[in-house]
Amino acid sequence: MLPTKGGEAHSGTVMLNGLPAVFFYLFAFVAIASAFMVIAARNPVHSVLFLILTFFNAAGLFLLTGAEFLAMILLVVYVGAVAVLFLFVVMMLDVDFAELKSGALQYAPIGALVGIILVGELIVVLGGYAFSPRLAATTGQPTPPLAERANTAALGDVLYTHYLFAFQLAGMVLLVAMIGAIVLTLRHKANVRRQDINQQVARVPETAIEIRKVRTGEGV
Amino acid sequence: MLPDLRSSIALASPELFLAIAAMVLLMIGVSVGRKATLLVTSLAIVALAVAAVWVAGFSHDGAAFGGMFVMDSFARFAKVLALAGSAATLLMGYNFIRAARFDTIEFPVLIVLCTLGMMVMISAGDMLALYMGLELQSLAIYVLAASNRDSLRSTEAGLKYFVLGALSSGMLLYGISLVYGYTGNTSFAAIAQALAADQRQLGLVFGLVFVLAGLAFKISAVPFHMWTPDVYEGAPTPVTAFMAAAPKMAAIALTVRVTMDAFEPIAADWRQIVIFISIASMALGSFAAIGQRNIKRLMAYSSIGHMGFVLVGLAANSQEGVRGVALYMLIYLVMTLGTFAFIMSMRRTTGHVENTDELSGLASTNPVMATVMTLLMFSLAGIPPLAGFWAKWYVFLAAINAQLYTLAVIGVLTSVVGAYYYLRVIKIMWFDEPVGGFLPMSGELRAVLGFSGAFILLYIVFGGPIGRVASAAAASFF
Amino acid sequence: MGELAFGQSGAMDALLYSYMPVVIFMGVALLIGVALIVTPFIVAYRNPDPEKLSAYECGFNAFDDARMKFDVRFYLVSILFIIFDLEVAFLFPWAVSFGAIGWVGFWSMMAFLGVLTIGFIYEWKKGALEWD
Repeated sequence: MLPTKGGEAHSGTVMLNGLPAVFFYLFAFVAIASAFMVIAARNPVHSVLFLILTFFNAAGLFLLTGAEFLAMILLVVYVGAVAVLFLFVVMMLDVDFAELKSGALQYAPIGALVGIILVGELIVVLGGYAFSPRLAATTGQPTPPLAERANTAALGDVLYTHYLFAFQLAGMVLLVAMIGAIVLTLRHKANVRRQDINQQVARVPETAIEIRKVRTGEGV
Repeated sequence: MLPDLRSSIALASPELFLAIAAMVLLMIGVSVGRKATLLVTSLAIVALAVAAVWVAGFSHDGAAFGGMFVMDSFARFAKVLALAGSAATLLMGYNFIRAARFDTIEFPVLIVLCTLGMMVMISAGDMLALYMGLELQSLAIYVLAASNRDSLRSTEAGLKYFVLGALSSGMLLYGISLVYGYTGNTSFAAIAQALAADQRQLGLVFGLVFVLAGLAFKISAVPFHMWTPDVYEGAPTPVTAFMAAAPKMAAIALTVRVTMDAFEPIAADWRQIVIFISIASMALGSFAAIGQRNIKRLMAYSSIGHMGFVLVGLAANSQEGVRGVALYMLIYLVMTLGTFAFIMSMRRTTGHVENTDELSGLASTNPVMATVMTLLMFSLAGIPPLAGFWAKWYVFLAAINAQLYTLAVIGVLTSVVGAYYYLRVIKIMWFDEPVGGFLPMSGELRAVLGFSGAFILLYIVFGGPIGRVASAAAASFF
Repeated sequence: MGELAFGQSGAMDALLYSYMPVVIFMGVALLIGVALIVTPFIVAYRNPDPEKLSAYECGFNAFDDARMKFDVRFYLVSILFIIFDLEVAFLFPWAVSFGAIGWVGFWSMMAFLGVLTIGFIYEWKKGALEWD
């Protein structure tokens, strides 16, 4: 669902007009500019904030293509959770990033070389990229027209049934992520006494109280 | 919705069993606590063994979940190897991790989940299943590599592997999206259909390159091998043994499936890439290992080289070639497990040692261990009549029959160069001054080392039936 | 795919125009935000001096750098949050097309939630949800 028309990609027509076109260029420009600022910003906290701006604009681009669900998930998961986690990590690491970055300039020539090669390749690929001429016929899961089925519902129609296998595997991946996070970061401090409510409720006088006869003058 | 749901679940029942087993083990482990580690480890080995028997004896061919999951004789062969390799590493590793005090109950559970990922990879019939399986497997290994979290080297290994692994997953996904963009499909069969019908497109070839690059990272083939020596050295030895054995085998099986099933119509393109990766891996594996003194780093370079040899078989793009790949993976798995059983036994009262110089004069202090290790080194070097020789023989023969003479010649030359560092280990063991023996081997390490030694020595006797199984496995692609 | 291109389809336009209030809201928010930042520069009385601008904590000089180490437990809490966040993300399309996916879809989600419940029990038992 690129802004270029799939079937007629060969003719090179770009169907952008009216208000959506304005927003497309706005989102695309801000996304690229803020993505650049992510790596250019001196302060890592600013980098993360620019990353959030990039996410917002990417969400806008998704929305323009009709992928409502992806746009919202990008905001909920990436902005709401992942970016916050990044902020945590950046603040937690206690590393002087400015100092760390100071040496980065000496790698600039190599980085620039790799970057230029990659850009060249990207231009070649995107310039020569074409969809299969029979794409309309061969697409495995065509998106139903928006008038018939909303994007989120169209996704739900196939995700839990047709893609059941991948969906359940996603559950297993999340389970591994949970185990991994706990294995690698959970540390209980030694000698911390916890409240055990069951134990408290199960307490009876026989186990809790010890009665002793104290003789006069001898103490306990 | 899915009329074949019942049969799909039946076809994937070993995987389902393994998933449920992992969760049950997790629950047992977490409710009993750390003292259940031995119990959970033993049950995990049993579960892997049951799954292996299930796959080998009670599974039938077919496709499930709309073609996402494919079961054929190749998948069966590779899955049994993956399950056996995982079970063997669990068996070998228990005492090691207990001595190093990170014997958590999560360790065996993660190995089982990782094996589940491998089985999904091996059976993948769809790019989505490929990616999910690969991530399940990799995510578990990232955690396992860093599992000795009090050791700086282990955490560094985990982090390195994770960062580079995430990068490679990104490349893989980029490639998949380019292929999907062209064909409109993620299923291997549909991709092959679309590719066969149309003319080859440049953008599509880029997709293929990115997919292969992502997979090459997972099998640590040159030029995506940089992580291997550091991660192998830093990760706890049982985890290194695990990484070097089963997951690598699964990634190779996945590569075979992707190239043979999805990209079959553009074989000329991927063969070029595979030939390049193969030559580069063989050369680097042979030359870079010469200077290594740490035996785990040595094994890392050795595995890079072996991946190059395996890809020779794939480059042939023939039934004979796939058969060679299957046999090579079997023999490589057994040799690797045996070698790591030996490495885990390099133990003195002061602790584990990893330097090759520590092997000095082992022949006089511990002749049995030295003899089996000598066999393993000869086999890894490819000296006849040991199993390692036959592994190379099959892939080179396939390459020659496919008219890839240069590739076969380079392969033979690099294996001669590679023999140098294996022979150096032998020389240290037999001709250098003794520096004191190792502590006696534990029973399970002795069993694995003994089995491995017997296998490579006797392969020439029972190679026939194994070869027939491998031929049947290879036949599922042709 | 042709009918999905911009400005071509009525449904697409309707979808995009339904977001118009969001755009207007953002515009207004931007306007007010910028206005509140800019106005003080124009109208407020400014007389900076080093003592007034220096950081202080309750009247003392700052003890430390403002950036201090977080406890790693914050990280664990947030990563566990992300995992459940993703799980919830899977629930949205399920709920939207609940009527169309039948029993297979229902049990598929139940199995998914079951796996994550196992994970949740694991977390709970492990004490990862307790602060200490």
